[in-house]
Amino acid sequence: MTTTAVPATTRKDWASDQEVRWCPGCGDYSILAAVQMLLPELGVRRENTVFLSGIGCAARFPYYMSTYGMHSIHGRAPAIATGLATTRPDLDVWVVTGDGDALSIGGNHLIHALRRNVRMTILMFNNQIYGLTKGQYSPTSELAKVTKSTPFGSLDTPFNPVSLALGAEASFVARTHDMDRQHMQEMFRRAHEHEGAAFVEIYQNCNVFNDAAFEKITGREARSAMLVPLVHGEPIRFGKELEKGVVQRPDGRLEVVDVADVGEDALLVHDEEREDPGLAFALSRLSRGPYEPTPIGVFRAVRRPEYGASMAEQLADAQERRGVGDLKALLRSGATWTVG
Amino acid sequence: MTTTEEHRTEEHPREQRKSKISRVVVRFAGDSGDGMQLTGDRFTASSALFGNDLSTFPDFPAEIRAPSGTLAGVSAFQVQIADLDVTTPGDVPNVLVAMNPAALKANVGVLEKGATLVVNADAFDERSLAKAGYGSNPLSDGSLAAFTVYEVPMTSITQEVCKDAGVKPRDAERSKNFFALGLVSWLYTRPVEPTIDWIEKRFADKPLVLEANARAFRAGYHFGETAELFEASYEVGPAQFPPGEYTQISGNQALAWGLIAASKLSGLPLFLGSYPITPASDILHELSRRKEFGVRTFQAEDEIAGIGSAIGAAFGGSLGVTTTSGPGVDLKSEAIGLAVNLELPLVVVDVQRGGPSTGLPTKAEQADLLHAMYGRHGEAPVPIVAARTPSHCFDAAIEAVRIAVKYRTPVLLLSDGYLANGAEPWRLPDVDLLEPIDPAFATAPNHVDADGTPVFWPYLRDPETLARPWAPPGIPGLEHRVGGLEKADGSGSVSYDPANHERMVRLRAAKIDGIARDIPPVEVDDEAGDAELLVLGWGSTYGAIVAAVRRARARGHRVAHAHLVHLHPFPENLGEVLARYRRVLVPEMNLGQLSRLVRAEYLVDARSLSKVQGVPFRAREIEAAIDAELGGPA
Repeated sequence: MTTTAVPATTRKDWASDQEVRWCPGCGDYSILAAVQMLLPELGVRRENTVFLSGIGCAARFPYYMSTYGMHSIHGRAPAIATGLATTRPDLDVWVVTGDGDALSIGGNHLIHALRRNVRMTILMFNNQIYGLTKGQYSPTSELAKVTKSTPFGSLDTPFNPVSLALGAEASFVARTHDMDRQHMQEMFRRAHEHEGAAFVEIYQNCNVFNDAAFEKITGREARSAMLVPLVHGEPIRFGKELEKGVVQRPDGRLEVVDVADVGEDALLVHDEEREDPGLAFALSRLSRGPYEPTPIGVFRAVRRPEYGASMAEQLADAQERRGVGDLKALLRSGATWTVG
Repeated sequence: MTTTEEHRTEEHPREQRKSKISRVVVRFAGDSGDGMQLTGDRFTASSALFGNDLSTFPDFPAEIRAPSGTLAGVSAFQVQIADLDVTTPGDVPNVLVAMNPAALKANVGVLEKGATLVVNADAFDERSLAKAGYGSNPLSDGSLAAFTVYEVPMTSITQEVCKDAGVKPRDAERSKNFFALGLVSWLYTRPVEPTIDWIEKRFADKPLVLEANARAFRAGYHFGETAELFEASYEVGPAQFPPGEYTQISGNQALAWGLIAASKLSGLPLFLGSYPITPASDILHELSRRKEFGVRTFQAEDEIAGIGSAIGAAFGGSLGVTTTSGPGVDLKSEAIGLAVNLELPLVVVDVQRGGPSTGLPTKAEQADLLHAMYGRHGEAPVPIVAARTPSHCFDAAIEAVRIAVKYRTPVLLLSDGYLANGAEPWRLPDVDLLEPIDPAFATAPNHVDADGTPVFWPYLRDPETLARPWAPPGIPGLEHRVGGLEKADGSGSVSYDPANHERMVRLRAAKIDGIARDIPPVEVDDEAGDAELLVLGWGSTYGAIVAAVRRARARGHRVAHAHLVHLHPFPENLGEVLARYRRVLVPEMNLGQLSRLVRAEYLVDARSLSKVQGVPFRAREIEAAIDAELGGPA
């Protein structure tokens, strides 16, 4: 590790020499661009940055970055990241994953990385479909979805990734979408700053197998009426004229209302630092799918001990109490006797 | 000479005397809740401190507390102590301590005529007899006539001596195992002090329990002395050990310490990613206590995360290790394949148990050898190292790390339930003499691209070892991507080129095969050099094979023994060694896995001797197979 100033970089410095091989028109391109353009602003070093992934279209991401990286096996990136992040606190560890990778085959690793609060920035590209295996339904596909593997419609109730992350004790949960670079970068920046596991769901368009899945809410014309920006400390409002808002009913339920009907003071004020995740969870359930007004932004950002730091603390404590481990003494820690 | 013969003594009725014997095999058996493992362990510890050679065999059920008094709930601990070099816990117990009818019933079948039985007479009531399935009381129906039976009311005496210490009878009853320990300690002239010291330390925060256990132990000891029940006590003298400092060690503990030693030798911080599984969990327990060595232990959410986190740690420049048993290896297989492709150092410890599936969780088997060898999709060769005794787990762990680090490869380290829990005296190595392990991290670009720019090629191999450079993140200019997709030879870019794939498959295989040049030749124990039969073994059959070969030789057979530590690749001289012998016998606790490998590799008619009962070979079983190979007893 060096203490000299971080060299200034440009987007180009963060791109590898590998040809990007996603389908033309894929939402992944804009996410890659957002990341590559953001990194020069974060004051981080290439050699201390690692991108890890599992399997799927999104998982090719590390090959396109000029950092250290690993394209691992299906669903396991959070587990691999846990080993890396806890042993190398000097590194920035990014996990790039998809809805199948993170929520289906790797669901167990995701929830445990979140509850442990291991320092990693998880970017989950959600396109509600299996892309790399060519078009089967995913754990976020809407009920009754007709795909190659569900010609009569899928029977599985989908996961809501933000709800899932909140339920898994995540300390940082955000949502963004691939049509808004600025918003993505703001979310990624916040996630990167977070001390612990940060989970960002990115609505991402798969133009080949599930085109326009989010069009109703992320389309340029639709956005202002359908995306509900969450701003910490601000009343939750949206619409072209900010004429819509969110209120909490006496029974705890959240509801979209016309501000004119209830008055500004009745609106729910967003508090991402709220200890109790109940309201964040309620916000994650505000829309039933990408066809109703849907919150984006940071749902939750709370401080909780970071796993690797706690682990390092235990080691330091032990060394302080017992001194640095001595192998000779270890071998003699049980009863010993001498012959001859 | 069999152990029963040695155990026989001259008769001196009415007068207690001390008889010297060379060795004895004691088996403590009781209910799972009776503390038999603890009793056996303490008897072992005081014998070790006394200077005996010894070997132990804890034999317990998978259930924590099976229904009490039933055969399924019987837990036993067998130990052989001797004044000479012993390599097994003994074929057959000379003394069986049975705490209840079920313990008697489960173990009496293996006893030989003349064996000594010490039973807790209090436990032979009608209900307990019925639970164990006895129609009549064996203590009175004559079925034990072939044995010397000592009926001792252990429970009631223990309760009696604890009475005025304020211990309730129910609680005092729990100390009866210490009574049994005291009695057997007297019978075999064990020193009292180490056990009393241990009780005082162990139960320091529970004064009543301490008092009850100490009183029960002393009462057992004095009972032997004063009850005039026993004709003699026995003395097993200290064994002749090479000079040095000794400790008693189990396989799991030795393995954990070996990993810590390897971490020191390499300067690589140790990271263990593991999911609890019998019989491997004690390695996780031991390492999680040793944080002052900078050891990070991570109890993962599952077996896959255990190895995944270890791979992540290895990528970051730590010594990545995962520990498990057979079912866990199944789950880790995909990740082992990833590590083969990533070519990162990794140690996967498989403490084998009976399979398939959940199988026999607390029992030993050696049936994962072919799984270790071939249990992955694609051509995914992995070196295999196997420990052969509890203390050898220390050396085997260091060797596994050495190979993993030097060749940038996952290594499978095989132990088993018998080694894991078995204990033996261990002469402590001089740690200053252990070979350092050089991680040899990459520090600079290793190639120049077409326009003359220095670049880092992560798959540019060392011409001698064929190992690729290990470049943990943090060094500018060495940024690189690895992954499960096939890599272009040298540059490490993703490659689907047919010729490149074949080249990489062959390179990975050649790298592992080349390790044969870097491991010691297999040693053959063939003193006269004229043996007709080679007994070839691996793993925990070592002790039983050594004992069997000694006995067969003592009867005039010409037998040699070779024991493999490296199962993949085999030592370079193995083919030549096998060719020297007319017959080759391979005893294994499986249906013939090593025998299959050597048959395939060397075209020799290796005969398999199989045992898959969850219990180790008895030396006499191997001895009988030697006789059969060589045409009957010599």
